[in-house]
Amino acid sequence: MKLWESYHIPSTTSEALALLERYQGQARVVAGGTDLLVEAKAETHAPFVALIDITRIPELMSLEVSANEVIIGAGATHAQIVKHPVLASRATCLVESCGVVGGPQVRNVATLGGNVAHALPAADGTTSLIALDAQAEVIIEGQRRWLPLKELFLGPGKSALNPARDLLVRFRLALCGTRQASAFKRIMRPQGVALPILGCAAWVELDETGQHFASARVSIAPIGPTPARASEVEAQLVGQPTDEATIERVAHWAQAALHPRTSKYRATADYRREMIGVLLRRTLGLAVERARTGQAIPQGVGL
Amino acid sequence: MAELKITVNGQHYQRDVAESRTLAQFLRYDLGLTGTKIGCEEAECGICTVLVDGMPVDSCIYPVWKAAGRSVTTIEGLTQGDELHPIQRQFIRHGAVQCGFCTPGLMMTSCALLEENPNPTEQDVKIALKDTYCRCTGYTSVIQAIQSAGREMQGLPPLPVNDPEVSEPLRVISRSVMPQEAVEKVTGAAKYTDDYVFEGMLYARTLRSPLPHARILAIRTDKAKALPGVRAVLTYEDVPGENLHGLVYRDWPVLCHDVVRYVGDAVAIVAADSEDIAALALKLIEVDYQPLPVVADPIYAHSPEAPILHPNHPTGNLLKHIKVRHGDVERGFAEADVIVENTYRTPTTEHAFLEPECSVGVPKGYPGHDKLTVYVGSQIPYQDRNQIARAMGLPEEEVRVVGTLIGGGFGGKEDIAGQIHVAMLATVTGLPVKMLYSRQESLIFHPKRHATIIKIKTGARRDGKLVAIQAELYGDGGAYASLSDKVMTRATTHATGPYEVPNAQIDCYAMYTNNVPSGAFRGFGVTQSAFAVEQNMDMIAEALGMDALELRRINAQRVGVTTATGQLLRESVGLLETIGDVQQDMYAHHNGSGFRWAWREGHKAYGWGVACAYKNTGLGGGAPDKSEAEIEAFEDGSVEVRTAAADMGQGIAHVVAQCAAEELAVPYEKVRVLLCDTDRTPNGGPTTASRQTFMTGNAARHAAIALREAFTQYAAELYDVSPDSIRYEEGLLRTNGKAVEVGEIVKHMKAHGVQPRTRYEYHAPATQPLGTGGDMHFAFSYATQAALVEVDTETGEVHVLKIVSSTDIGRAINPLMLQGQIEGGIIMAMGNCLSEAFIIEEGKPWSRLLARYKMPSIKHTPHIISRLVEDRASAGPYGAKGVGEIPSINTTPAICNAIYNAVGVRVFSIPVDQDALLRAMKAGQKAVYTAWQDVK
Repeated sequence: MKLWESYHIPSTTSEALALLERYQGQARVVAGGTDLLVEAKAETHAPFVALIDITRIPELMSLEVSANEVIIGAGATHAQIVKHPVLASRATCLVESCGVVGGPQVRNVATLGGNVAHALPAADGTTSLIALDAQAEVIIEGQRRWLPLKELFLGPGKSALNPARDLLVRFRLALCGTRQASAFKRIMRPQGVALPILGCAAWVELDETGQHFASARVSIAPIGPTPARASEVEAQLVGQPTDEATIERVAHWAQAALHPRTSKYRATADYRREMIGVLLRRTLGLAVERARTGQAIPQGVGL
Repeated sequence: MAELKITVNGQHYQRDVAESRTLAQFLRYDLGLTGTKIGCEEAECGICTVLVDGMPVDSCIYPVWKAAGRSVTTIEGLTQGDELHPIQRQFIRHGAVQCGFCTPGLMMTSCALLEENPNPTEQDVKIALKDTYCRCTGYTSVIQAIQSAGREMQGLPPLPVNDPEVSEPLRVISRSVMPQEAVEKVTGAAKYTDDYVFEGMLYARTLRSPLPHARILAIRTDKAKALPGVRAVLTYEDVPGENLHGLVYRDWPVLCHDVVRYVGDAVAIVAADSEDIAALALKLIEVDYQPLPVVADPIYAHSPEAPILHPNHPTGNLLKHIKVRHGDVERGFAEADVIVENTYRTPTTEHAFLEPECSVGVPKGYPGHDKLTVYVGSQIPYQDRNQIARAMGLPEEEVRVVGTLIGGGFGGKEDIAGQIHVAMLATVTGLPVKMLYSRQESLIFHPKRHATIIKIKTGARRDGKLVAIQAELYGDGGAYASLSDKVMTRATTHATGPYEVPNAQIDCYAMYTNNVPSGAFRGFGVTQSAFAVEQNMDMIAEALGMDALELRRINAQRVGVTTATGQLLRESVGLLETIGDVQQDMYAHHNGSGFRWAWREGHKAYGWGVACAYKNTGLGGGAPDKSEAEIEAFEDGSVEVRTAAADMGQGIAHVVAQCAAEELAVPYEKVRVLLCDTDRTPNGGPTTASRQTFMTGNAARHAAIALREAFTQYAAELYDVSPDSIRYEEGLLRTNGKAVEVGEIVKHMKAHGVQPRTRYEYHAPATQPLGTGGDMHFAFSYATQAALVEVDTETGEVHVLKIVSSTDIGRAINPLMLQGQIEGGIIMAMGNCLSEAFIIEEGKPWSRLLARYKMPSIKHTPHIISRLVEDRASAGPYGAKGVGEIPSINTTPAICNAIYNAVGVRVFSIPVDQDALLRAMKAGQKAVYTAWQDVK
């Protein structure tokens, strides 16, 4: 059975906004459709009156790298991000997280914007964007502005963006510089829905000696109802030596301090607590090594 | 509607296309390019993959308007003229095409990979095809085919074909000839049911019960009937004949009347001008239900307080109590030096054949159809005809069932799906009617593998000899009987494992519940009991300090052994040889310094585990088992074999063609096969119980022998020579220095009014019902497998690295394609062990999306080292016995035994839950009793 009636392909944001306005809440913004349309298939409600495809709006499709930052259009696909050499070396965790989403067919159409707009607490791309302290440019109620990414998340599956009214335009994030690096890892299970049991992105900056954490940003998901930084974990790292002992201590501490939940057919809270330790060890260790060597080659892409 | 500009396979189109179309729908239904298949519409299975500007996408959820102005390549665009693309050629050459339904998607995804990287490593292939599923091949041949194609594209020689070693090959038999319709399958020309289109055809949908158990108080169809474009809305009142169907017990309503018994039970059917209208009409049908108490599990079903689901069944919810009695178990256990007793659980599992069910009904009198005709990809066409006729109140001769190609079955296409419904709708509307199930409908509707609870006690002496096995099995049969009786009988009779067990007492309770019905699924109950039997075996070996393979060798069935059902094994018991093979290959494929059962490297634990299996060939149990085939020769020297034996990808088509070519001494290429048309092909019987090679292979072989004898007799008279002087070779008949083409003889015969056509009805050797002793089955296949697993001791994740397998199949008729059965069976069984469970919560299926049911993908493919043992079965064609099921039985316990050896935790419930496994390891526990579906 059909999942939508009309299909529109605007070429500017204003055209897209006008279409959304015209349909009075009956239209949906669509990019790759790999979440929206599959969900529509799962539900038995009436077809969407209209879909507004934003993937031919140049502003949403851009991927601009400057000296220290990158702007990624909301319509950039996972495949584009994964194949981008600068992102691979300087926003490595983002490439690693986008690289484990689906297979090639999905990554070729699924967008980073869609990943964020869906507002799932453990979306892979989102987890990395949070650790990279990304900002998002949105048009909410006709107002265009930049927001810290985390402000877009109101609850599980609940976004500050109204998919029948608002647009997510692009993301901005700082690229890793000297003594900075990031890493992403996740734990999956071979059964059930393709959502991570737990994902973890870590960004670190080492001091000039390379022996201590000057700064750290860690995002572990799902812990709360929305994606968020694990600021207590970050605080435990700053100023500490970048050795195994620190990481081990922080991993232990985090296992006790964080309170993951049990999700049906996904994971028990106890298992997730164990995985907090495993993922922190694995991502922090890798990020430190990358920051030290200045070499970052994404791992696990495509698997 | 608006005008879409799009390029497809180099051709520019500019036409009005509905904005609501997906790319797959546009290609299939608007352009008629039916090579692109639809498997799930969830972007899960990847079989709908096409290239958009060279990039693979899932066309099933890709809006066609998204492709506006772009260039699309489909499977039909791969071929250049008559020349196959290297990918197409290599898929055939490596035996990577079975049912063919996923083949276009696999090839298009491969095409994109090879354009970018013509030298892919195995890992590169796994990354590229991670989300493109195949349920038949097991992927090993697919990986080789892709690598070979890449080489061919660069002008390099392709990789060698991994053709297994066989003994005493004949001229065509035991040769890896190309399967029938392989070219059609790789070019997208092959036609499956949904690829059939008839002028004026209507589209049908089924209204299904949303409740697991309820009384129907009223059904109102007026609003639906009033919807423009709706041509018929039918309920139980409109069933012309008997409103029941069922293969063993006739207990399943065609359309529910007073009660619904599971979520998915059919209540009403609609035919309309379009699928969308039919879907809309379903929403307008009002049904008043009074919910009834739900029987959600088989043990509760057996309790006195459970409501009775089928009041007419004489033993209530107990569909059948199945018993095996052999010797005296009490005396046996008294002799035992070691006894282990455990309870195992297996979940309901889903076939996930990649082609959802589809039927097309064409009414009597429609052009080209002189009787009510149903086109369907079914495993049992003649039983379909019988069941359609009964429900339609027609004599069987007034119904014709035409089998189409089948996109996988694995047992899941034995029961009636939409066949009767389209017959009803076609008859009422006077027009052809197609009913295609969505993946989501297929998931909730069709019978599954039985969930079981198996309590089993095994006793052995100090010297390793088994002395007794006692077991109690509960099988969740679901709402209707389907094949529960037979499946659970097989679980029971095979619950001793392939061993000599002097004393056995096994009781099995097949129960009705309000869950989805359970029926046939590759392995047919034996998959479940082997999970329990083979882990108990390892525990006995551990308790005795004995090597796990040695224990099995000591007890292995061999010629002269009497099974627990009282059958004296007189021949073709190749189990010991399979054990020897596996031991040798396992030792040869050790990692590092010498063979060890287990070792550690950092936080990874490694372990080998083994398990044995056996599986009957044929129906057995006293059921008359027969198959019929017809062969006709033509003037051009070609031959046609006709039989209604379904080929769901397993390859009975090439098996019968090989038998005919062998006996008639004609080239294999000269043999055509016509399958499954109840008006044109005699009954080959059901494709079930690994029986077709044995049964229909024999029928074809004997029909060919009879035809050859007819040629001989005719030629002897024609040329006035002794029949003994006549020889056949390569399409020629030779006598006294003369060489005549077979086609010439055919011409002569026809000119004299003799039809060069023979028919043979093959009857299997007689069998005995369970409980009467004697031969319950006429042949068994045997297998031993070893699994090497890696367990991450930090996360509990389990990976299977290697499977070593040896399988006694009597004779490999087509070694390469037979190996595909083995590899595919192993991968399917890995899913059974590690990922698959169809979850039903209080009668309501949670697994109603393919996204919630994960089967193994190419990335899970281990290195498979497989050998064949050919211990001939004297009655089998050239010594062959069944292969369809045997490879998928012992993989699960082999993996679980390997996990135990690696980390010391035994898994009593599947699919293996890494969460529980890790927690057990951390807590120092030695057992896990919960599975993934218990994570709540």
